[in-house]
Parts: sequence; C-alpha cells; structure tokens
Amino acid sequence: MYTQAIDLPGQPAQGPASTDAPADDALQAAFDQAIGADRKIEPQDWMPEAYRRTLVRQISQHAHSEVVGMLPEGNWITRAPSLRRKAILLAKVQDEGGHGLYLYSAAETLGVSRDAMVEALLCGKAKYSSIFNYPTLTWADMGCIGWLVDGAAIMNQIPLCRCSYGPYARAMIRVCKEESFHQRQGYELMLALCRGTPAQKAMAQQAMNRWWWPVVMMFGPSDTDSVHSAQTMKWGIKRISNDDLRQKFIDATVPQAELLGLTIPDPDLKWNAERGHYDFGPIDWSEFWRVVNGDGPCNRERLETRRRAHDNGAWVRDAALAHARKRAARARQAA
Amino acid sequence: MSDPKSEWPLWEVFIRSKQGLEHKHCGSLHATDAQQALRMARDVYTRRQEGVSIWVVPSAAIAASAPESKDSYFEPMADKIYRHPTFYVLPDEVGHM
Repeated sequence: MYTQAIDLPGQPAQGPASTDAPADDALQAAFDQAIGADRKIEPQDWMPEAYRRTLVRQISQHAHSEVVGMLPEGNWITRAPSLRRKAILLAKVQDEGGHGLYLYSAAETLGVSRDAMVEALLCGKAKYSSIFNYPTLTWADMGCIGWLVDGAAIMNQIPLCRCSYGPYARAMIRVCKEESFHQRQGYELMLALCRGTPAQKAMAQQAMNRWWWPVVMMFGPSDTDSVHSAQTMKWGIKRISNDDLRQKFIDATVPQAELLGLTIPDPDLKWNAERGHYDFGPIDWSEFWRVVNGDGPCNRERLETRRRAHDNGAWVRDAALAHARKRAARARQAA
Repeated sequence: MSDPKSEWPLWEVFIRSKQGLEHKHCGSLHATDAQQALRMARDVYTRRQEGVSIWVVPSAAIAASAPESKDSYFEPMADKIYRHPTFYVLPDEVGHM
C-alpha cells in the first residue's frame, strides 16, 4: 500500500519527508484545499504532523483489534458443532488475521514500523476494541459476534472506505467486502439456534443478553464526550458521528432480532414515530471506561495470549530470516 | 524486544485478477524472501480467488516520482490538446472516423 519504503530518488531513507518538515503555509494550504475538495491524501503528500499521528493511532488500533479479535472466536474452532461450522469459523478467523495485515500495511505507509506497533500492543500502551475483552462462553457467542459485533463493525467501517487517507480507505474497501460474510454467517448461526430446541433458543437469548450492551458501546462515547471526533471529522477521517452510527445500528438490528424471536435486553427500547428511530435506554459508560482502561473480564488474558504467541514465535521468525539469508548467500556463491 | 534488523523486509504485491488483464498493486507485506512473499501474498490477498498470478517486488526497489514534481512532470501535457482526437473538427459528411 504505497509504503514508506518507496523512497524518493535522492532523498534519505527515513520515513516520509512530511514528518520533520516545518509546517509550511503553502503546504498546509495545499493540504487544506485537498481535504476541502474531498481529494485523497497519499503517503508521499505533505500532511500535518497531527493528522499523521491521528491516523497512526487509529489505523494501528484498528489493526490490533482485528488481531486480538481472532482470540474470542479461535476459542471455539476445536469445538465447532459440525465440519461445516468449523470450516466457516476457520475462514472467518483467517480473514480477521488478513484484515490486521491490510491495516498494519496501511499504517506503515505513515512511517511507523510494524515492530513498533506490535510492541505498543504487547506492552499495553496501544488500545484495541474493548469488545474483545469479553469472554465467549457458549457456541451462541459465535453467532452474536458475527451478527452483532461484525454488524456494528461494518456500520463503523463503511464510512471509512471514504476516509481522506488513501491507503486506509483502500484497506477498508477490502475489509468491508469480506465482513459481509462474517455478519451473514453469524445471523445464520443464530437462526439455526433459534429454530432449534428450547435449550438452544435459550442459549441464543443468553448470548444476546450478554453481548447487546457491549456492542452498543462499540461505537464509542457519545458525541458530546468524544475527544477526537470533531477534528477527525474535519480531516475527513471520520464521516459519521458515534451517536448517529449507534442509532443506525440499533434501527437496523431491532427487526433482525424480532425475526429471530429474541428479546433485546433494554426495557426502554421502543419505536419513536416522531423521530423515525428507536429510542433506547441509558448506556453504562462506567463499564465502557473500565474495560477500555484495562479492567474488563478478559483484558489480561488477551494480552497475555498475544505476548505468549509473540514470544513463542520469535525463534520461527529468526530462523526464517536466517534461512533466507543463507539461501541468498548460496545463490550468490553459485552465480 | 524489537531489533530492527530482525524485521522481515517489506514487499509490494501485484495481482493479475484474470488472464488478459494487467497486474495491479494491491498492498504490501513482510516476508523473508521472494518465495515466502509469494506464498504469503497468496494467503493474504487471494483468499477469494482474486487472482491468477502474483508479482512481489521489494518495496525498497521501487523508485517513485515526487509529489512536488507533479507540476513539472505532468503539467506540460495539459496544453498539448492536439494529441487528442477531439482537437480536430471535421465535416459531418466524413462520418465516424
């Protein structure tokens, strides 16, 4: 994705020239004009340092979320109830890994190294989506993750396909194309449970009860409390506000839950004909912040799992590199 | 933990979506060598039959024109409208040409 390693002839190999360049008025004006005209910014274009930093933060967090997001579902691969479901789940988890890679590549075009990003995740400095800090207790959770978590993610990601930063927008287009299967398989899984035995239906309802509020929180704090929203909207990184996306998601999901015969665990949820939207109850933001700040049900377990995987894989990465160097040296000798 | 020398080199990936079309840039990835880059590109970028052929190129091997030179590179073409067929006005009697 047009990486920072594509060097301009005759220029030093470090990161994009933009990072250290003084905020030249003409460059700033050209950038503002491009944003105003809804044109894309590409890696080699000049950009304000704050824009670059914001993108690095957002894209790398997004990549981390995909990678950590493999864990709750990976938990069920060996216990999938049929070969069909196992093949689907494997493909889905592989997709999440792929999405992480697309996004890391997009972030790398901004001059940050893959290692630095991974290290920020593993040392707990970087955040990832709080939803993956909840446990997956039953098979029905696989349905809820696909239908609700991926459904909410799609809501969030579709506007990002029009993001002002080219590599991020292109990565999101690929991701969105693939997410659609994720949501549909989740809904199909829920449908099978809801049409199954009373015990299966009860399991689906219990999963719904556990996932609903965390999913509603996925859209982030209310617009009035969102620190970054105004600036990222101005930069064309974010296109639709947290609250508007949340409303859109709830409006789309209520009829889907009705079709399944599931009850949404919100006594205040009701159609408001005047607004043309569903009203919903108050969100427990204290839970959201608790989970974001590291104290959710699985925060420690998730990070520990990632750290272990990274450490245990170190010798494989080193050996692969050593092997490649040896082969290259042999090929040079033979030539 | 992260020794910069141990980071795998970066490769740009180009995919031919079907026979008869050109290879098109689709993204990048880290791999130890060209063989591994090809295998990884297959897994990362063609999980849904997006391609019939893959090229991988070390990212550092690509030279690019600089954004600042956009005007001097491409602008001179703007006033050479006689390079376009629509520049030439012919009588209707000539018909489609």
